[in-house]
Amino acid sequence: MHYLPNILFAIILIAGIGFFVKNIKKLSRNIKLGRDVDVSDNKSQRWKNMAMIALGQSKMVRRPIAGFLHVVVYIGFIIINMEVLEIIIDGIFGTHRIGLKVLPQSFYGFLIGAFEILAVLVFVSVILFWIRRNVIRLQRFWKSEMTSWPKNDGNNILYFEMVLMTLFLVMNATDIHFQNMNSGNAISQFIAPWFSGLSNTTLHFIERSAWWLHIIGILIFLNYLYFSKHLHILLAFPNTFYGKLQPKGQLDNLEAVTKEVKMMMDPNIDPFAAPAEGAEGEIPAKFGASDVQDLSWVQLLNAYTCTECGRCTSECPANQTGKKLSPRKIMMDTRDRLEEVGKNIDANKGEFKDDGKQLLDNYITREELWACTSCNACVEACPVSIDPLSIILDMRRYLVMEQSAAPTELNNMMTNIENNGAPWPYNQMDRLNWKNE
Amino acid sequence: MSELLKVPTMAEFMAQGKQPEVLFWVGCAGSFDDRAKKITKAFVKLLNKANVEFAVLGTEESCTGDPAKRSGNEFLFQMQAVTNIEVLNAYEVKKIVTACPHCFNTIKNEYPELGGQYEVMHHTQFLKTLLNEGRLTVEGGQFKGKRITFHDPCYLGRANNVYEAPRVLIQKLEAELVEMKNCRRNGLCCGAGGAQMFKEPEKGDKDVNVERTEQALDVKPEIIAAGCPFCNTMMTDGVKAKEKEADVAVMDIAELIANAQDL
Repeated sequence: MHYLPNILFAIILIAGIGFFVKNIKKLSRNIKLGRDVDVSDNKSQRWKNMAMIALGQSKMVRRPIAGFLHVVVYIGFIIINMEVLEIIIDGIFGTHRIGLKVLPQSFYGFLIGAFEILAVLVFVSVILFWIRRNVIRLQRFWKSEMTSWPKNDGNNILYFEMVLMTLFLVMNATDIHFQNMNSGNAISQFIAPWFSGLSNTTLHFIERSAWWLHIIGILIFLNYLYFSKHLHILLAFPNTFYGKLQPKGQLDNLEAVTKEVKMMMDPNIDPFAAPAEGAEGEIPAKFGASDVQDLSWVQLLNAYTCTECGRCTSECPANQTGKKLSPRKIMMDTRDRLEEVGKNIDANKGEFKDDGKQLLDNYITREELWACTSCNACVEACPVSIDPLSIILDMRRYLVMEQSAAPTELNNMMTNIENNGAPWPYNQMDRLNWKNE
Repeated sequence: MSELLKVPTMAEFMAQGKQPEVLFWVGCAGSFDDRAKKITKAFVKLLNKANVEFAVLGTEESCTGDPAKRSGNEFLFQMQAVTNIEVLNAYEVKKIVTACPHCFNTIKNEYPELGGQYEVMHHTQFLKTLLNEGRLTVEGGQFKGKRITFHDPCYLGRANNVYEAPRVLIQKLEAELVEMKNCRRNGLCCGAGGAQMFKEPEKGDKDVNVERTEQALDVKPEIIAAGCPFCNTMMTDGVKAKEKEADVAVMDIAELIANAQDL
């Protein structure tokens, strides 16, 4: 009977982590549904980007208010979570505040005191975030793609953090031994009086409840990630690492097209030659993307990393002028479709069964795709190196090269380029006429 | 004036067994669009003034393929690219200058993989170099003390991180450079990129060029400076839509410098 809490704790911990690992595996499986793409180049620049953008939050602070609050929550999150280590050790071995046994009391007090101060700062920041979303109603949190789930998701995360911070402080405030020590109770000493007059047994009961709820809450939160936009706390790191290194204006040249163009331009090639050995039965590459499997795995990682902050959409010239395009929606749609494909694979024993749907049309409309000016404002705005433009371009490629479904005016423009080397119907031989006009 | 323009072609240089210092890639807008042709001529006047040995491809030039690529037609883009690269490589071109940020971006970033490696400069970068080398002088003239705001072309700014060269030139005019609310990396698009120039915009409640023009008019400029023929068209249309064409002119940086010297 004595070991019952320890066993219970171990079970909860293993279940919590086990479920999380299972979801991470699913996440990784889904991301790998994307096309392979070589991102093994320029490791040092990639590490640097990760250090600056994800760890250093360099792009977050470009919007100073949100950036500052985010840094507080981010630092609080990382540092306060050191406390989880103690909780886990205490839980498994039935100890109480093991830190006190291994660390000098003054240092332990310093640590916990720092955690408490951070906990309050996080609590305040989170409240301010909540006010920005729900009271001030910042425009970007109320765009049309912010339907009920994305809105609730955003708020749920804030509630989680408020509750976790409260439990942490209550746990310390009702810990009689810790309060008597009077070191490290920087904040909880002011909360402790709220519980004065309660018997030691009751205090102990509250302390234990807060302790258990705190760790259970953390495990629930951990498992909530996979279903939430909050995955960015993990994926921001790989995403900034694998983010685009070339100048933003440089769009990739499709290799499959290069092959064909080179063939067309080669005067020595025999147009009637039999296909090379081994090439037979080779499925010709699909040009562009109509569904998530046609996108690269980095683009799919982008979709899972998106935390729906909407900075991209608020900078998008098309969105600002009332067009349907929203770069954030492109990312949310990609993730939603990818999840749907993942569930389809789970339900069909590891094999994707055609469900008559695709990313194009069922999620992202042509009107959205054609509204993009390729100005890269969304890419510049993203604090975690997401590239919505690359998805838009790949889907345009599908529309034009597989379906010949460009708007008429663009077809005219392209016909002009084909026939006379300019987007307008002027003769190439007149190209130098300006000299004499 | 125009009869004084010296515009040799690569073919002429080749015939004399010579190599020009730089190839001026005029671009489709610069060759055919009435407004953009004025920018082309202004830039040529500056090149002539600075005694730069340059050449154009003339009738051998063809669209870089930028609008095709951004529309999604990778085939057409690469056909154009490979054809252009063949011409450029045949002339052993090493250095290219262009007044169009779209041509600039495409040749600089997307041609190398397809076999076209050149040093590519935007005309504002090139003019700044001429200035630094003492080959060109920039004086204020009629623009001295004028309020000028610069609209960052997406394909020069965000796409390639070129923000300073055009601004240095404006300041050399002894003009008052005023920045819009959204400038440099936060610059708002004029609405023409991604092949939007060639189609009607999707349904919305405003045109992008009007939005951008409003941002420009907010800082009360006498001149909106541009560095891209497409931005120039969009901003000019925007100024017309706001019925401000009597008070505000839209001009390319090359035009500003050339006009300041009454070239």
